[in-house]
Amino acid sequence: MALTLPKPLIDLLNAPPTPGVLGVFSQLDGTTDAIKKLRAAGHTDFTVYSPIPRHEIEGALGQAVSPVRMFTLVGGIAGCSVGAWLTLWMSADWPIVVGGKPVGSIPPYVVIMFEMTILFGALSTILGILFNTLFAARRAGTILYDPRFTNDRFGIFVPAGADKVAKAESLLRDAGAEEVRRG
Amino acid sequence: MAEQTSPVRVTYDYVTRTIARTLGTPSRGYFLLLGAAVALLGVGVITLLFLLRYGLGLAGYSHPVYWAVFITCFVFWVGIAHSGTLISAILFLFRSGWRTAVYRTAEAMTVFAVMTAGLFPLIHIGRQWYFYWLIPYPNERGLWPNFKSPLIWDEFAIGTYFTVSTLFLIMGLIPDIAAVRDLATGWRKKLYALTSIGWTGSNEQWRHYTRGYLYLAALATPLVLSVHSVVSWDFAMALVPGWHATIFAPYFVAGAIYSGCGMVITLLTPIRRLFGLEEIITVKHFENLAKLCLLTGSIVGYAYVCEYFIAWYGGNPNERAAFWYRAFGPYWWATWTMIICNAFLPLLLWIKKVRTNITALFVISIFVNIGMWFERYVIIVVSLAGEPYEPWANAVYNPTWADWGIMAGSFGWFFMWFLLFVKNFPAVSISEVKEVLAPPRSKASKAHV
Repeated sequence: MALTLPKPLIDLLNAPPTPGVLGVFSQLDGTTDAIKKLRAAGHTDFTVYSPIPRHEIEGALGQAVSPVRMFTLVGGIAGCSVGAWLTLWMSADWPIVVGGKPVGSIPPYVVIMFEMTILFGALSTILGILFNTLFAARRAGTILYDPRFTNDRFGIFVPAGADKVAKAESLLRDAGAEEVRRG
Repeated sequence: MAEQTSPVRVTYDYVTRTIARTLGTPSRGYFLLLGAAVALLGVGVITLLFLLRYGLGLAGYSHPVYWAVFITCFVFWVGIAHSGTLISAILFLFRSGWRTAVYRTAEAMTVFAVMTAGLFPLIHIGRQWYFYWLIPYPNERGLWPNFKSPLIWDEFAIGTYFTVSTLFLIMGLIPDIAAVRDLATGWRKKLYALTSIGWTGSNEQWRHYTRGYLYLAALATPLVLSVHSVVSWDFAMALVPGWHATIFAPYFVAGAIYSGCGMVITLLTPIRRLFGLEEIITVKHFENLAKLCLLTGSIVGYAYVCEYFIAWYGGNPNERAAFWYRAFGPYWWATWTMIICNAFLPLLLWIKKVRTNITALFVISIFVNIGMWFERYVIIVVSLAGEPYEPWANAVYNPTWADWGIMAGSFGWFFMWFLLFVKNFPAVSISEVKEVLAPPRSKASKAHV
């Protein structure tokens, strides 16, 4: 069947197509075996598709922890600072004594600072995910995909030029791929 | 796990197809429900037009009761919104596998309930076109909001809660929309291709997604506890007897989660039946929700006892009078409805037969909703009506058709969004339900998940 890539954002960024081999797996352990073999054979830039995140796949890939957490941290700190600035500066800008309390009284402002921490932290986490995944997609280029990968199949795409494609194909088949395609 | 209790083998493929099937062409029953919701919303809109034309005097406000049904509904809907984030974020951090089948519904309910709640302060202020005065913006008079006021805290809390819970819902939806996209045809495929923003389930996507999801859950957890605390401070910061109590924050949070779990049961029961999701949302899930109801209902019951005990033990005559007025004054029926529905009814859930009987749970959940609405009514209206500082002004407040019209409209508004959501987007998480299933393996080594 004709493969159309439903990736409008990647199309928008116009990532160039990458030649390579796509293996479709029906079993999780076959997928992890293939990942280990690919890594042993010196491949580093392949893409693994899975319907759900699995620690087995993560472990086999040996990925570093996602940098998204830095986005969360920076966003949270920025939010807290904005909350403090908002409340203290606005109070000082038009100083009115309310309820006999100091113009800039910290305890009630903690509520605003807390909410802004959460708000900015969450927004920058989302930005972090978008930024990092788009960056990864841009790096990988436009690659083969199969609609079964969101249902019950696992997949591995190995970018390979004409010289290496046959070797990558046999490696995926040996690991138990039920289907191997070139693209 | 669903597969152990059912004769159907629940596989990845079964999960995807069963949930994707819920998005087909709607039945006549669905259109009837949607029509009823829109009709209710129409009642609310017409009432609002009357309020705009003739003013808030059409509602039952009377001195000293200037916070009444609209604020009651506001707190009620914010409360409903709370179990969604509890189930999606707090239980996620606790690694509770059962949440996967119910959390999407709960989360959607959260977003729409906050959307509903947000309407009430706007209706209540009477001059909706001045709502932006709440927002700190530079203006020609150099005025800024009073950040010492709990009402401003509330605006920040509800605004943050709405933003974060919406982001959390959308984020959880993306892999599922991609799964539906890969099965869909025609215009639906185009819609889902656009809304799944290029999701393919690649390892890089999952790597950033799972980490980000964890941090969003970690941020949403304190947020959910803070939001209803802040709502409770709208009252607790004031000196009105019956409001001015330190127990208010935990008491409101427990009550919010209690009412939210009740609403989740109310919504899930018909959805499960209509969409044929019996294999995915099992009796076990309902039982767990019932246990949450039992836990939070017990906390609410304990808070009632505490309130009355402290009113007596504290020795403040105004406080004593306020609580006497609550239980034996002209609003005794509201107070006792609240106590029976919230403190005594959940005790039935100690019985396993009740917890595992979905019809019984559905009936109880409706009483939970009624009880929690009356709890807010009692706290807000009855405390104000019986407040002791202007005894010459006390008057019994009675809601009018305008109050009920707006309230009916809010239910219509909520159910309209909810029904549109469940028919257009996966109402049960496809990828997370798969996460609690055993993955397909070729070897005999079936490690437990």
